[in-house]
Amino acid sequence: MDDGGEIQRLIALMAKLPGLGPRSARRAVLALVRRREALLAPLAEAMATVAERARLCARCGNLDTTEICAICRDPERDDGLICVVEEVGDLWAMERAGAFRGRYHVLGGVLSALDGVGPDDLRIPALAERAATAREVILALNATVDGVTTAHYVADSLAALGVPVTSLAQGVPVGGELDYLDDGTIGAALRARRAL
Amino acid sequence: MSEPLPPNGRATLFVSRLAVSQFRSHAQTRLALDGRPVALHGPNGSGKTNLLEAVSLLSPGRGLRRAKAEELARSGVGAGWRVRAEVATPRGARAVALTGEPEGRRRVEIDDKAETQTALGEVAPMLWLTPAMDRLWIEGPEGRRRWLDRAALSFFPGHAEASLAYERAMRERNRLLRDGPNDPRWLDALEARMAEHGLAVARARDAAAARLRGAFENAKTLFPLAEIAIVGGMGSGLEKGARAAPGDGAQASGAMDDFRAALARSRREDAAAGRALTGPHRADLSAVFAPKGVDARLCSTGEQKALLISLTLANARALAADATAGAAPILLLDEVAAHLDPDRRAALYDEIDALGAQAWMTAAEPGLFDALGGRAQRFAMSDGPDGSVLEPCDA
Ligand SMILES: Nc1ncnc2c1ncn2[C@@H]1O[C@H](COP(=O)(O)OP(=O)(O)O)[C@@H](O)[C@H]1O
Ligand SMILES: [Mg+2]
Ligand SMILES: [Zn+2]
Repeated sequence: MDDGGEIQRLIALMAKLPGLGPRSARRAVLALVRRREALLAPLAEAMATVAERARLCARCGNLDTTEICAICRDPERDDGLICVVEEVGDLWAMERAGAFRGRYHVLGGVLSALDGVGPDDLRIPALAERAATAREVILALNATVDGVTTAHYVADSLAALGVPVTSLAQGVPVGGELDYLDDGTIGAALRARRAL
Repeated sequence: MSEPLPPNGRATLFVSRLAVSQFRSHAQTRLALDGRPVALHGPNGSGKTNLLEAVSLLSPGRGLRRAKAEELARSGVGAGWRVRAEVATPRGARAVALTGEPEGRRRVEIDDKAETQTALGEVAPMLWLTPAMDRLWIEGPEGRRRWLDRAALSFFPGHAEASLAYERAMRERNRLLRDGPNDPRWLDALEARMAEHGLAVARARDAAAARLRGAFENAKTLFPLAEIAIVGGMGSGLEKGARAAPGDGAQASGAMDDFRAALARSRREDAAAGRALTGPHRADLSAVFAPKGVDARLCSTGEQKALLISLTLANARALAADATAGAAPILLLDEVAAHLDPDRRAALYDEIDALGAQAWMTAAEPGLFDALGGRAQRFAMSDGPDGSVLEPCDA
């Protein structure tokens, strides 16, 4: 890679971000430098903070800068409902839809023997612990083969607890990924959830 | 019940524009089409099959040669290939663009929106016959299964997705059985997916076979009748449920449970074999050449070819009469004319004309298309210094 100094280094790093290529990275860096005080300095500061403090919530697996995340700390939310998602991005999609007021549990992936991800790599034992005191566990996993397999596995693991386990039903197309659905669809899927 | 045929046998479902660039021997080839059959003639190696292959990629899968991604880009150019098509359908025109990136990934766009490959099944049903399929009846079951799946896909666009889901669950289970952990709960979850999608696959194939049989009843055709059956795959005890009418939920869930139980029982054998020993991935298609009551395997090469043409035409008739499809499929008939005697050849052209199908046909000799007269659009293909050259000709 050519060494064009610090600015070039920043552009090269930005170009690695999802959705950005070399062209848009150059434009972004130019825009940042032009607005050094208003944009670049606060961005650098926010990034430094996140770089230092970003961590997964010890309870639910959400991404935050505190040991227990803001959602888990929110006293207004319903402790009796736990919504299980694959990734933090899916949690964010659910939050954007604004249709759910319970707590979350992020598995951190899905079962896949081909990709070498087993039950021990997902946060399933921690979920069983939390689910023991819940009224309902809602599985909001993606409708891919691996997502549905994981939902099946999780429901089976929780069966002995006697807590009702439901799943997002309508509206999530086969192979669909939660993160790509619009907010209305997520809300409808949540209302139409069905028992597993 | 059937709609009147469109005037002068023109298709209602057809590729109306095609632009192929840096694809195999084609640097830049463009065609504008009016819905009549497309007759391509030219010497061996001039790029006729390559052009049909480009059209075949407008349907889900790897196309009529089942080519690897890296074979498709024109060699020595170093750029990705592109196939763009406008497809006229009974429900309006669709724009399809396929891009093969230099690293081999294929991008699909339908009406300017990025789509998955399986979404192509919704645009246009397509069937093909190639010289490589001449050995279909005497080789192993994969080819026949693939033929059956293409028929199923032509009726049920969701078949591609169900097949992929089944394959994925099966590969996951194979890997788990091979490498562990031995986790019955995990295996159970995967077997439930295999049963769900496997049953959908088996039922779509069965419904397709039933449509083909229906298309042979009272058919006006000079091609031999075929009696077809799907054999094996689900294990004899499961056949009944798998073959139940699509609306019969109780039968279906019974068959699903049976298949799951069979998979659970065979974990040890499957692990030893390194693959699942039952399931729709093991099904086969059998056909009997009805005029003689002889199994296709034992027929002469000519009879085997006639059977395939006959089945393809039956599939096309069934689609043309189908209310959902509402049109005859696009047909890619590579080097088919040369194999037929003049009477059969004329019969093939008449049947295509009556179907109103855009049939893409190739031949080395232009004379083989004489019986088509003005009923087809004709093109001459040649091998130029800068790749394949296509010229319209109104011979
Ligand atoms: N990736 C490729 N790049 C350039 N030429 C190719 C490529 N793949 C195949 N060809 C050429 O295409 C020709 C075969 O074209 P084809 O369409 O099969 O001929 P035909 O007219 O006999 O059907 C051969 O000359 C072959 O070398
Ligand atoms: Mg050829
Ligand atoms: Zn949390």
